[in-house]
Amino acid sequence: MTVFWQKDLETMDRASIERIQLERLQHIVKYCYDNVPFYHERLEKAGATPDKIKTLGDVERIPFTTKDDIRDTYPFGLFAVPMKKVVRLHASSGTTGKPTVVGYTKNDLDTWSDLMARLIVAAGGREDDIAQIAFGYGLFTGALGLHYGLERIGATVVPTSSGNTEKSIMLMHDFGTTTLISTPSYALYMSEVAREMGYQKDDFKMRLGLFGSEGSTVEMRNAIEEAWGIFATDNYGMSELMGPGVSGECERREGLHISEDYFLPEIIDGATGETLPRGATGELVITTLGKEAFPLLRYRTKDITRINYDRCECGRTFARMDKVMGRTDDMLKIRGVNVFPTQIESVIVGMKGISPNYQIVVTREGFMDKLEINVELIDETLLERFAELENLQHTIKDKLRSVLGLDAKVNLVQPKQIERFAGKAKRVVDLRNQTKEEK
Amino acid sequence: MVVKQLSVFIENKSGRLVQITEILGKNKIDIRAVSIADTTSFGILRLIVDDPDRAKSVLREAGFTVSITEVIAIAIEDEPGGLSKALRVLSNAQIGVEYMYAFLSKEDKTAYVILRVEDNDEAARVLQAAGIKCLSSEDICNI
Repeated sequence: MTVFWQKDLETMDRASIERIQLERLQHIVKYCYDNVPFYHERLEKAGATPDKIKTLGDVERIPFTTKDDIRDTYPFGLFAVPMKKVVRLHASSGTTGKPTVVGYTKNDLDTWSDLMARLIVAAGGREDDIAQIAFGYGLFTGALGLHYGLERIGATVVPTSSGNTEKSIMLMHDFGTTTLISTPSYALYMSEVAREMGYQKDDFKMRLGLFGSEGSTVEMRNAIEEAWGIFATDNYGMSELMGPGVSGECERREGLHISEDYFLPEIIDGATGETLPRGATGELVITTLGKEAFPLLRYRTKDITRINYDRCECGRTFARMDKVMGRTDDMLKIRGVNVFPTQIESVIVGMKGISPNYQIVVTREGFMDKLEINVELIDETLLERFAELENLQHTIKDKLRSVLGLDAKVNLVQPKQIERFAGKAKRVVDLRNQTKEEK
Repeated sequence: MVVKQLSVFIENKSGRLVQITEILGKNKIDIRAVSIADTTSFGILRLIVDDPDRAKSVLREAGFTVSITEVIAIAIEDEPGGLSKALRVLSNAQIGVEYMYAFLSKEDKTAYVILRVEDNDEAARVLQAAGIKCLSSEDICNI
């Protein structure tokens, strides 16, 4: 029996979903046109004034909004309500330049909590769970998004935040935490630290993991489930769109259900901006259908995925997106070949003899790109025979070649040589545009 | 009659060997014999020390991947043909040698050879039957 949070909405038929989407699309376009000068001008210029939006397909008339647009209007230029209506601000990490700032009205926070609650319940979270949030709190949306959603379903929230790993693990043990909320890479790191502290997985009451904020492969998820003895699901979102809560896996884990009554998804060709037919893989574009403080029209997420409109066996009717296979930003072009870090991860994680931590290093020798993958050797029994280490190296190299279509150099390194991350893992070091001295 | 050998994984990076030997030195662990096999990117350091178990734990603490393997150590006369005599015995018994390395003693005219073979017990048996002395862990400590 599937358990739902808002059964009526989560199981609407397609016609009802589309009816609500069209109503809300028409409303949000008018709302943006009336309340945000930036959109007013854009929509006028593109001839996509509110009266032109007659069908869902008319969304294609609306120009895209990009992260640069948000930066250019820093800090509050895209807000649709006066500041007195804004009850919360969040901001992205802003690794380059100014952060992107987003705001929420009281209603937005309420909606957000329900959208999170849907995903948490779909992933198996229940009110008797003790849920530890190991995302960094602060301006980042991940921690507070999950926090409010978990409180909404009545779970017990333990807001440990990230960092101070040993203490978090101690609390996890002493409190009988059942659910971990973190990035996939931090969940793995925590399991390593727990082992070092002398804990076995049976010492914990853990049963669920809700992971997000960075993409992860099935292999990575299997490794986490094995390390903690839990059932793990992925959820997806981004601060611009609301935070986490845009989509998430149900217990069937055959894609992430998008809350389509609040987010209108499209898949486009990232290079041309053209809308792609249903079922195609491309860049995800989202129009927020219900946000008050910070609405976005056709926001380019830069995440690459595919949307499946087939009915899920869990009973939810919302379309499912595939796990994000990469970001247009993360895509590496190596000797003309498109490489996504997730492809490399699918080879490394789960491979016997090495840890799931890896680092991708791209360098250039002369005019030739060189791809190197550092992996940590952890199986000491391989030291018995030199040939076994070489075999391991070759196996990884062969698998990478079949997945990527190009040769990579595989370096075995000592355990713990590769940096661990509490937040989003940074796996790629691209040194191609550096001068010799900087290297 | 076997002795314990340490195998340590080392990245081909400067300073690794120094680091390992310093850790052992600081912990008053004496190295009896050492051998290294390497490729361009990594190597395996083989060590015979006076306290292999403690050596393993201190190296592990320092983040190294370490294993202990049982090998045989034999004492042979340090003279031309000394080594071949022992290897002939193994060869006749069809025991293959995976790798080996040797060191000399300080006092007498004896050379010690560490042998990694498929079947330690069988190798030790045929060697001893041929009058070649196999060393115990205590013998190694006392060299």
